[in-house]
Amino acid sequence: MTLIPQELKRVESAHLSQLKKALSFSAERDGILDVAYRTLDTPVGLLLLAATTRGIVRVAFEAEDYGTVLEKLAELISPRILQSPSRLDDAARELDEYFAGQRKVFDLPIDFSLSKGFRLSVLEHLKHIQFGHTESYAEVAAATGRPKAVRAVGSACATNPLPVIVPCHRVLRSDGSLGGYLGGLDAKQTLLALEDAA
Amino acid sequence: MKPFESIVEDYGASVFRVCRAVVGPVDADDAWSETFLAALGAYPRLAEASDVRAWLMTIAHRKAIDLIRSRSRRAISFGELPERASTLGNPASSDSDLWGIVATLPERQRLAVAYHYLGGLPHGDTAELIGGSAESVRRASADGIAALRRFYNANSEGIPR
Repeated sequence: MTLIPQELKRVESAHLSQLKKALSFSAERDGILDVAYRTLDTPVGLLLLAATTRGIVRVAFEAEDYGTVLEKLAELISPRILQSPSRLDDAARELDEYFAGQRKVFDLPIDFSLSKGFRLSVLEHLKHIQFGHTESYAEVAAATGRPKAVRAVGSACATNPLPVIVPCHRVLRSDGSLGGYLGGLDAKQTLLALEDAA
Repeated sequence: MKPFESIVEDYGASVFRVCRAVVGPVDADDAWSETFLAALGAYPRLAEASDVRAWLMTIAHRKAIDLIRSRSRRAISFGELPERASTLGNPASSDSDLWGIVATLPERQRLAVAYHYLGGLPHGDTAELIGGSAESVRRASADGIAALRRFYNANSEGIPR
């Protein structure tokens, strides 16, 4: 077995981090970064935020396993994905403002590529439920023109690729109970309490 | 396909080691950046079952050659050797002595050490990249490593650093 002088192999991790940052910057500049992502610390845990050049495409809770989330994005959107905080600057700032009680409406371009059909119609409607207000699954179903599709609404909410920004947390059961939430019921409660809507 | 971020995670250090050995520490960052930028651009077209390591090393080799060629073109156009920090003889840093010695290895040995030992490419794949047979690559990389170890053994014998 041959021993290689350690100096030949030694690479400082700080140096590599620097190179990676520069790579993201160049990729963004050259228009070949299809999906950029970053993480953001919030009162509902660490969120992963991902955006295409069209807009924010994914918000994921910590419990969703970011490896899987990124692999899904690679499969469904493009594998040209890098950590690149700058594209998510506006989204991060607006989310910080929202959690600080300084913002009620998100003013961000959204990329709905991950949704289609009825689920997309549900998400489009959810965008109209205002801060501090709630609707029932049945009301959402009626609003999308399919009053009997209450379960499908529940399923659309459960698979919302953009929680917090597209407010599926503002949808409750008709009897006022919480229903479900992808980020966990604690998170749903936190968001509703923040909006004083619970 | 895996997200490209995980390709950088898995191979970033390896590619850096290779770039540093092939083009030297001064230009290694440029070679690395050119390599991964080109790889990112081409990534969606990479066939599913491809050997990602071999693919990256092929790109790195092309970028390294480009860099080395443009270095010597600058020398020709200015009629003198390019100005760059000397990698030799700084007694305060044994690292720069090492890269100086790497730079003076015969090119085949340097490339074989880079792609095989540092880049993890098997002899056959390395031969495809730098020419020659797998056997000649095996000899060149062994000779290159032996030369570097001789340098190391010589330096560790009592000369204060």
